[in-house]
Amino acid sequence: MDFFLQLLVNGICIGFLYGISAMGFVMIFKSSSVVNFAHGELLAAGAFLFLALVTWANLPVPAAFLLTLAGTFILGFVIERLFLRPLIGEPLIEVVMLTIGLASILKGAMLLIWGGNLHNYPDFLPEGLGLHFGAVSIPPVYTTSILISILFLLLFGLFFKFSSQGIYMRSVADNQTAALSLGVHVKKVFALSWAIAALVAGMSGIVLGIINGINVHELSAIGLKVFPVVILGGLDSIGGAIIGGLIIGLLETFTGGYISTSLRDVIPYVALVVILLIRPYGLFGLVEIERV
Amino acid sequence: MRDLKFHPCGNYRESYREELTVFETDFGRLWMALGLAVLFGVVPWTTSPYMLYVINTIGIMAIAAIGLNILIGSTGLISLGHGAFFGVGAYAAGVLASSWNVPIYLAVPAAGIITALTGMIFGIPSGRLKGLYLAIATLAGQFIIEYVLVHWEDVTQGTMGITLPDPSIIGVSLRGDRPFFFVIFIVLAAMTWMAVNIMRTRFGRAFVAIRDNDRAAEGMGIPVFPYKLLSFGISSFYAGIAGAIWAFYMISITAEPFTMMMSVEFIAMVIIGGLGSISGSILGAVFITMLNETLRWVTDILMNAGGLAGLELTLAPLRELAFGLAIVLFILFEPKGLAEIWRVVRSSFRLWPFSY
Repeated sequence: MDFFLQLLVNGICIGFLYGISAMGFVMIFKSSSVVNFAHGELLAAGAFLFLALVTWANLPVPAAFLLTLAGTFILGFVIERLFLRPLIGEPLIEVVMLTIGLASILKGAMLLIWGGNLHNYPDFLPEGLGLHFGAVSIPPVYTTSILISILFLLLFGLFFKFSSQGIYMRSVADNQTAALSLGVHVKKVFALSWAIAALVAGMSGIVLGIINGINVHELSAIGLKVFPVVILGGLDSIGGAIIGGLIIGLLETFTGGYISTSLRDVIPYVALVVILLIRPYGLFGLVEIERV
Repeated sequence: MRDLKFHPCGNYRESYREELTVFETDFGRLWMALGLAVLFGVVPWTTSPYMLYVINTIGIMAIAAIGLNILIGSTGLISLGHGAFFGVGAYAAGVLASSWNVPIYLAVPAAGIITALTGMIFGIPSGRLKGLYLAIATLAGQFIIEYVLVHWEDVTQGTMGITLPDPSIIGVSLRGDRPFFFVIFIVLAAMTWMAVNIMRTRFGRAFVAIRDNDRAAEGMGIPVFPYKLLSFGISSFYAGIAGAIWAFYMISITAEPFTMMMSVEFIAMVIIGGLGSISGSILGAVFITMLNETLRWVTDILMNAGGLAGLELTLAPLRELAFGLAIVLFILFEPKGLAEIWRVVRSSFRLWPFSY
């Protein structure tokens, strides 16, 4: 029973991480309907930027965290400006291919700079955040990550609901032509959504890095694991991303705990194929899917 | 004998049949015959073993790239699992040849068919949806196949890999680069011929219609789902054939090379060669393989140069970076790829000196 409970807790924590990793992805898809295959590399970029600032530049953690967020924000902006903007209006295939190429570039660059080894952040989380319920324990990193993700979820919920930029983004996601004719600066919205998505990705990269250590290969693999999560949750639903993340996280930990550890990394993709068969628009996605 | 056909100074085609000709002029036919003669008559006898190895690799990659181009370029569906399907073909041939002693000329087509069926399984969930979903389903396929190749130990022998017996056709042993050159390029020629002709049939036209507008295609009576599945099957078949020949050529195979990276490599070939162009896929395979070899050469030189010895410069990240750059630059600046550059160069020669 204790084993089950511990797995449950771990699953929920990992699920939350997947959820927040997927949030940035959903944001880009929602506003510009670009499927971003470079998402894992954006996660890694944030994690490594934070690492560089903390260990090389010896900045205090809060300052480094804020600087990383700013850095990834700019990175997202630059990526949109340099690579995605020229492709507005081009066929979907080219955009998808471009993000695949972008993923390769970012991954190669990071491998060149930091190598494929595992890096670790210095310990900076306070011990008091860890929770213990009898035999079940939640390490401080997990509580922090859950707190951060709930905070960001709330922030973005409010941002999309009330701020004018958020409403613009939603309008563009809903109907680009209509938004354009009503005076929304669509290009600006694309740039902003890439910047925000990169920021969220960078933030989740840091959290993932705190938990598992930072490794280019692993972080970019998590970027691909975003796909089962978002397909399950619905490609265009931010809340769905969190729920999808939780389900995939639980599925993964229980498979790892009860069946076999090697199956653990594949089971999300098996789930992905099954979901595509049964409910391709996901749990919370728009049912109005283009069937042909 | 009929009159020789030269380049007309305008479009004087009168029937659909003329529109479908493979060779616009008789010069094209002549050049191709010459090219084939040089390819088979001169190349294998004059090049060094290393160059022959590179050329063979190009040939194998070109077969797989043509298959992927039918899917991406002509049907407008994206596969991120082509590397894994290549692996399925390699393993199918490996298991057939080592466990059942199937000769190469049966094992290769059988591997192609097995791969096509495997591919179609992953095509089923996504064929009914937009192209994007096939990309995601094949991503899943990539990981699931990689897992199966490593963990289905009874058949694939896990991380041990499979060693293939010496292939032979009617008692003639095929070992070494030169005999394989002939195997690879005869198959490549046959597969190119097949691809060119698939694109001229109603199947090819249906693929293009689906790419251009799938709803309109459906409206015109093309059963979209079966055709998408068929396109995916054909593409996997090519990957399987290429993988099978590769397995025979490499003698021993493990699951290691068939990763996401290989899939990206194939996509790079198709993009760089030119979407929807069969000759482009071959050019793309040439480009990527040469890029690979050049990078290996450059890193070797840099590693041996004294000053950089401390710098841990490895091939993999550099390759990754170069592929990514090549893909991105081609999409941004020459989305029609090398095939388009080739066409422009050719027509500027043809039209010289009065290019307007």
